[in-house]
Amino acid sequence: MRLGDLSRDGLREKLHDGLILETGPFRTRIVSHTPEVLAGLELLYSDFSVHDDGFCDFHVQVDRVSGPRRYFRPQITFKFDGMEPFKPLPADHAFASLEWGLNYCIAGYAHHYLMLHAAVLEKNGRAVILPGDPGAGKSTLTAALSLSGFRLLSDELTLVDRDDGMLVPLARPVSLKNASIDIIRNFSPRAVLGDAAYDTHKGTVVHLKPSTESVRRAGEKAKPALIVFPRWIADTNTKLTHHSKADAFMDAANHAFNYDLLGSLGYDLVANLVDACDCHDFEYSQLPDAVQAFTELLG
Amino acid sequence: MKLADAPLLAALRDPGLMADFGDNDWDWVVRQGRSAGLLGRLGALAGGRGLKASIPSPVWHHMTAALTVADRQRHAVLWEVKLLSRALAPVGVPVVLLKGAAYAAAGLPPAAGRTFSDIDILVPKSSLPEVEKHLLLSGWISSHQDAYAQRYYRQWMHELPPMIHIRRGTNLDVHHGILPETARIKTRPDLILAAAKHLPGYGNIFIPCPEDQVLHSATHLYHEGEWQHGLRDLSDLDCLLRAYIEDADFMSRLTARARELNLTGPLGHALSNVRIMLDTPVPSLSQLSLKSQSGRLRRVIMDNLFVSAMGSAHPSVRRPATGAAEFLLYVRSHWLRMPIHLLIPHLLRKSLERNELGKPAAPTPKP
Repeated sequence: MRLGDLSRDGLREKLHDGLILETGPFRTRIVSHTPEVLAGLELLYSDFSVHDDGFCDFHVQVDRVSGPRRYFRPQITFKFDGMEPFKPLPADHAFASLEWGLNYCIAGYAHHYLMLHAAVLEKNGRAVILPGDPGAGKSTLTAALSLSGFRLLSDELTLVDRDDGMLVPLARPVSLKNASIDIIRNFSPRAVLGDAAYDTHKGTVVHLKPSTESVRRAGEKAKPALIVFPRWIADTNTKLTHHSKADAFMDAANHAFNYDLLGSLGYDLVANLVDACDCHDFEYSQLPDAVQAFTELLG
Repeated sequence: MKLADAPLLAALRDPGLMADFGDNDWDWVVRQGRSAGLLGRLGALAGGRGLKASIPSPVWHHMTAALTVADRQRHAVLWEVKLLSRALAPVGVPVVLLKGAAYAAAGLPPAAGRTFSDIDILVPKSSLPEVEKHLLLSGWISSHQDAYAQRYYRQWMHELPPMIHIRRGTNLDVHHGILPETARIKTRPDLILAAAKHLPGYGNIFIPCPEDQVLHSATHLYHEGEWQHGLRDLSDLDCLLRAYIEDADFMSRLTARARELNLTGPLGHALSNVRIMLDTPVPSLSQLSLKSQSGRLRRVIMDNLFVSAMGSAHPSVRRPATGAAEFLLYVRSHWLRMPIHLLIPHLLRKSLERNELGKPAAPTPKP
């Protein structure tokens, strides 16, 4: 069953007991009584599969903090199987904290995969990995590409399967920050955006709904073909330059959450990944030009 | 759910049962195992018995992940041991690895899939000043700088204030005994040092002899209030005992050694609890003439307390009595640790410091 097949009341009831949400290879049981989580899931996760029972990788809860704070500047906490890895946050951060919490669960425990802090998209059977330092415009570019017919695998976490080196999709919503929110709103009238969480540690955060096609194909791994290091520079022309494989190796290893932990396997996975990919630096200022350039690259 | 009925315990008792687990069992096993720090051990048990094919792949992925973390820690610990060996070579005394570090470095039965947070070593008390000096020269510094904590450890405890490596951030506890100086029970660390086995490949690194491994693990478990790791530590004891009792004389040597070291109390608790919880095939206390002086009622009460406290492994197996048991055992661990005229000022001080904002409480010592 898809989440969108549930009525609002049906979804609310499921969230009280525990909604089992499938995102790529993971099933997460989510409990929440907050209207923000209900609204966020209803809007942004409608194409995802939900289940009634079975094994769950992660058990999470997002709920209001009890006590006097229920009434005065209410707060929420994220719980991972009873543990609280983060400090309580303002109530309007509930949905964003679910997204961060899911990332926390995966990054902390899914060591079956090499995990890179990078976006990943696919077209014509070829996947492009976009590692990006904060502020490099990675999420904005990912959002624009995903709204232009590229299949979204992930905007934050690139999962490399340790068994076959293939890229594993999550297809979860893309997190947009501050100025990029209006840029994406203006870029495409088809962009479906959730409610904003203001004054987070990243500024204002809004999530973009992944395309139905990306979610439908979330069980389909992709073959790595390109690693592109994006950089947004005001008023520059789109420019694609060669990035040496040795540097790409070091950059990919630095962007990995668990490169160290995987030991020699981590080395082999990064080496095979870089071997399999053409590596480029990419400067851009205008999204339509950038999308054009990526369409040619993956054509 | 009662802890005794948890699928996690069923799997530890008889790993073969994992082949018949359903989705619902696995859901509990992964949650409870992850929280109790036992998922890696289950992965090792399953892998060792060729059960991988009968384990659902998402579950196996979590086990692989836990095994990966454990494997990485084993590498890190071997490296630290090498550096410790080098740093302490000039002191010329044996350095005995305890618990997790000993299991990992010597590849002892509990090592597979086990994770730990610090390295514990035991050295002769007379060598402490030299040991501390050479550790400092190699970058190990005291992580508790305030005067009270320094005095607390140096005067009353069986270890130096915990140390941390200034560059690698690894934690090191340097012990000169296995019970606090002020503890009600006195033991003989000199005998543990004397019986320690040389670890091949290192000039000055040793591990305790098998009997002392069991006795130290039991003493640690039943004298410190760390019940979050209680089940994991009990499972360590189970692993050690299952391996060592293949030698028919082991149990009689173990009980003789417990008498020699004055550690029959913690050994009695350990043997009673592993039989109840993990079906470890050890003889009963009466067969071993290890009955406590205060009789059967006390045994039943203590077993219930320990079993309840081990429910802190995961919220699903907490009983209403778990909190109370943890509190009683916390009080007990302090009662065992210090005489009352030292304990009351210490606890008062801790509670006052905890109330001062922004200041960490005085340390609860870690063995």
